[in-house]
Amino acid sequence: MQKGDFSKDFVEKIAQDEPQWMRERRLEAYALYESLPMPHTTEDDIWRRTVDMRTQDYWRRTRRHLRGFAVENYHPAIGLNGDTSVEVPKDSEDAAGVILQLDGQHQHTSLSAELEKQDVYFADLNTALKERDELLRDYFMTKAVTLETTLKSGNIATRNKFDALHGAFWQGGYVLYVPKGVRVGVPLRVYIRLAEEQHADLSHILVIAEENSEVVILEDNSSMNQEAGGLHSGAVEIFAGQNANVTYVQVQNWNRQVWNFASHRAVVSKDAHLCWVTATFGGRLNKLNQAIVLEGNGANAQMLGLAFTDARQHLDVSTAQEHVSPHTSSDLLYRTVLKDRSQTAWGGNIYVYPAANYTDAYQKNDNLLLSERAHADTLPGLEIQAHEVRCTHGATAGKIDTDQVFYLMSRGLTYAQAEKLIVDGFFEPVMERVPMESVREELQEFVSRKLET
Amino acid sequence: MCNDLIIQDLHVSVQGNPIIKGLNLTVKQGEVHALMGPNGSGKSTLAKGLMGHPFYEVDSGEVIFNGIDVLELEPNERAKLGLFLAFQYPTAIPGVSLANFLRIAASAVRSAETNGSENNELIPMREFRKELRAKMTQLGVDDSFARRYLNDGFSGGEMKRAEILQLAMLEPKIAILDETDSGLDIDAVRIVGESVSSLVGPELGVLIITHYPRLLDYIRPQFVHILLDGRIVESGGWELTQVLEAEGYDPMREKYGIAETVQENTI
Repeated sequence: MQKGDFSKDFVEKIAQDEPQWMRERRLEAYALYESLPMPHTTEDDIWRRTVDMRTQDYWRRTRRHLRGFAVENYHPAIGLNGDTSVEVPKDSEDAAGVILQLDGQHQHTSLSAELEKQDVYFADLNTALKERDELLRDYFMTKAVTLETTLKSGNIATRNKFDALHGAFWQGGYVLYVPKGVRVGVPLRVYIRLAEEQHADLSHILVIAEENSEVVILEDNSSMNQEAGGLHSGAVEIFAGQNANVTYVQVQNWNRQVWNFASHRAVVSKDAHLCWVTATFGGRLNKLNQAIVLEGNGANAQMLGLAFTDARQHLDVSTAQEHVSPHTSSDLLYRTVLKDRSQTAWGGNIYVYPAANYTDAYQKNDNLLLSERAHADTLPGLEIQAHEVRCTHGATAGKIDTDQVFYLMSRGLTYAQAEKLIVDGFFEPVMERVPMESVREELQEFVSRKLET
Repeated sequence: MCNDLIIQDLHVSVQGNPIIKGLNLTVKQGEVHALMGPNGSGKSTLAKGLMGHPFYEVDSGEVIFNGIDVLELEPNERAKLGLFLAFQYPTAIPGVSLANFLRIAASAVRSAETNGSENNELIPMREFRKELRAKMTQLGVDDSFARRYLNDGFSGGEMKRAEILQLAMLEPKIAILDETDSGLDIDAVRIVGESVSSLVGPELGVLIITHYPRLLDYIRPQFVHILLDGRIVESGGWELTQVLEAEGYDPMREKYGIAETVQENTI
């Protein structure tokens, strides 16, 4: 396979068959990418979340981790269609549609005839660029994840080097468009894979659910080769139209060599409901910015996070719940289990804008440490500008409880069995809100595997 | 004979403080013993030490069960030999249903694997459910118990009934009841007492550790021991409980020259 690189020439190369507007957006992103320093060399607020409470040196860990990262070591794909020799996973059999992508190259798309008849559009993004130019021009990095991510209040604007990298070099990913009133009863499944040594995945995900529609997407990001180094610089943009009901589940299970940078942002319209599940198991260093914007009256979103880190993994998540309109509600629950010397940082903010009276917002981050050397930082935050609101937040971090272990062992369980039961119980409040049994089982399987290694 | 629990000259300390100071006691399968003592006498330390809590250090002595010294064994290995502890303060395990936990526990203690090795074979669900339902009916435990998270948000009475349900499911040879009556009102003591009483038989030996004699109205012990300052100072039959009932622990303390101890060391 030929290899690309992160040069301006390569931007031109991948843009040559694309519409002019996309070429311009890529070049604009590239210029920004060039102008921004690597985050560990500055005191950029978005990276500040990697706080080390013990030393009060906010930069120590990020610096240490990013020192080992050099974008030159990774290669975006050349050519858009792979050899299609990769088998579509068996668990996709019941899916209404499937997309499979390997090393940034599209491999397989299918969509049930019934959904095609209802004008549901489901395609890899490069194909979509040819077939749905208008749609992409309207939505692609314009309304949710943009080069300058601005809070709706306008008072904080952040430019993220990796969003710029993504904007310049994105390849692959998919678009799902569900027309007005279409209810997709069966989940769609997406498999995004990395296999080759030092490959980069720059998938861009765009989910547009129109008024009164309903859809469930299960997306799996994983490595086929457990040793190969890799890079993921991704973006997810979700639009839940008026009264739409969207469930988006992303499981990230890259191997422990993969650098994972991503910006995820959803816009929820009037009376729409979004259930967003983010499960993180893999990656070497993870930096995830995840935001929901509750834009219309009565919009509602659940953000469920489940993460399990081990070895020397580092997971840094920043979340934002932005309440723009009245009568909006959001509920965030992130639970993380840490093993070995892994470290996590979670910083979450609820923003309630002046117009957003009768907001009901909740956020909770809990961490369970299975090892003395694991470390979790948690920073919940509120910024409220409306008068009639109900906001609650909380955070906990604690070691596995000796008395719980003793109690379970006194009933015949081995230490490993006791630990597993405590971990399962810890994740249960998240699991019980995950909408599908098959997804819960899959997540449970990942958790079990993490405990065994 | 081999199912007897034999405690010989046991010394246990907590954070360097000696609490149990040379205790001798034998409980045979099928016997009911009561070990009574005031606060601070070492009752809970003995219970946790026998089950192998890591914070309770055994300094010397032997605990022979099933013919082997169990002091070197992990708590789960002791459980598998047939030792059971009903906790004074059962620990809540949020997110874990009582039924799910009990299925794993029952499968572990019944597995034919050698002690301590992991048992991944679970009792078939149907079989387990049937057995659990039968035991719950026998003990008059509400059906909803099975689905509730283990001890999470349980009332005092519910916790103790859940302990007795576990005792019934795990079918130990020797059960230690650590102040099972504490914190319960009179009705709850009766319910728990009758439940335990229904389980007592030739296959089960019981060591009831208690401050007050009231639980003993429902489970009549053949042997009664008085624990003061980490030692058994007197052993006898039912009449000893009557003495305590009438006089309290003070005359006993005076008789053995033991000052009233400060609050029991609990972790």
